[in-house]
Amino acid sequence: MKKIVDLLREHPFFDGIEEEYLEFIGGCGEIVGYSAGDALAEEHAPAEHFFLIRQGRVAIETYVPGHGKVCLQTLQHGDIFGWSWLFPPHQWTFDARAVDRVRAIRLGGKCLREKCSRDTELGYELMRRFARIMTERLQATRMQLLDIYGHPSRPAGGQ
Amino acid sequence: MVPEVFRVERRAEEFPGTFTLHLSPIGMGRVAGFQPGQFSMLYAFGTGEVPISISGPSDQGSGYVYTIRTHGMVTRALENLREGGQLGVRGPFGSDWPISSLAGREILLVAGGLGLAPLRPVIYTLLSRGGGSAVRLFYGARSPREMLYRDELVEWSRSMDVQVSVDQAERGWTGRIGAVTDPLAATSFDAGKSIAFLCGPEVMMRFCIRVLLEKGMPPSAIYLSMERNMKCATGHCGHCQWGPSFICKDGPVFRYEDIRQWFHIRAL
Repeated sequence: MKKIVDLLREHPFFDGIEEEYLEFIGGCGEIVGYSAGDALAEEHAPAEHFFLIRQGRVAIETYVPGHGKVCLQTLQHGDIFGWSWLFPPHQWTFDARAVDRVRAIRLGGKCLREKCSRDTELGYELMRRFARIMTERLQATRMQLLDIYGHPSRPAGGQ
Repeated sequence: MVPEVFRVERRAEEFPGTFTLHLSPIGMGRVAGFQPGQFSMLYAFGTGEVPISISGPSDQGSGYVYTIRTHGMVTRALENLREGGQLGVRGPFGSDWPISSLAGREILLVAGGLGLAPLRPVIYTLLSRGGGSAVRLFYGARSPREMLYRDELVEWSRSMDVQVSVDQAERGWTGRIGAVTDPLAATSFDAGKSIAFLCGPEVMMRFCIRVLLEKGMPPSAIYLSMERNMKCATGHCGHCQWGPSFICKDGPVFRYEDIRQWFHIRAL
């Protein structure tokens, strides 16, 4: 069975990270599993972790009065999820729910945060990588906001 | 070119405002062969003509299939046609997807919204040749209710990799929610041996091309289907001129390498 640090090494998010840091990050991690419907995160709850999804699908949701829970995005195999641990007040801003059986590596944000405060090189590396994910998610969200499939500019899309 | 008269054999509602017509010729009318990616001019008598991509199998000589979104007067007139109704058909016109160059390559089909319709003949052709294992379809739609060919998507997923993503969904949808660029960015392929066909809203294709180029795919391996206001369909009227090309005659399928100079010019 592979160790967590081996699994991290295989993930593009950790490409090029020094071995010493990988060992430390791996030491903050644990393998977790969730069944469909289980909560991985709840809005306003303390955010002390982030996740690397290895299997299954996770829905990022929020509660809209009068509509119930609305899913904004799904994340799946290979995706990194959770950056609320990085910034005060360290609380989740959305709910996250397992859509089906999910297996993931849960990494401790608190111990990483403390390490990053002491070791700014690691802090910069992680922040740079999270910034890239945030940028990609923002771009995808902007595309969703464009509602490109809903308003054809010409008689018929693709025609 | 004079339109041939065709009859609606079958009409299917894909979802409100989008429908599929199965047509066959009347009397001595003929069904000209077509290549996947080509389009016809459909004439709603007394109202006008619109360009519509052919979305049925290219090896079926008995008729044509078109999937149409209601948007203006002509498409509204076509929407009102029922089985037995008649309309005029000119064509097929335009360039086609380069299916002959697919052998031995990984094939990425990227469709958004109604853009799946012009790619459906490609899928039929590839599956009929048993080449599904090399094909990956990325389909983005507004919502699960506004997806085309839902039954076929399930069927195709047995033979090829089908990744559907929707912008929004009600609770109960267990598929992917997000932009179509996400699964495309997450997929691994040999950029030097792959080819991509894109069809959908232009802005979607722009973002998808960016992803493909970042993953190392050469511009010569990316093909896209363009839309403009086509009228004559023979390159004479100039309505669909786009840079030095006419979409109706030189397109609608273009190789990105050949058109990238003006693809990124705004308002062209």
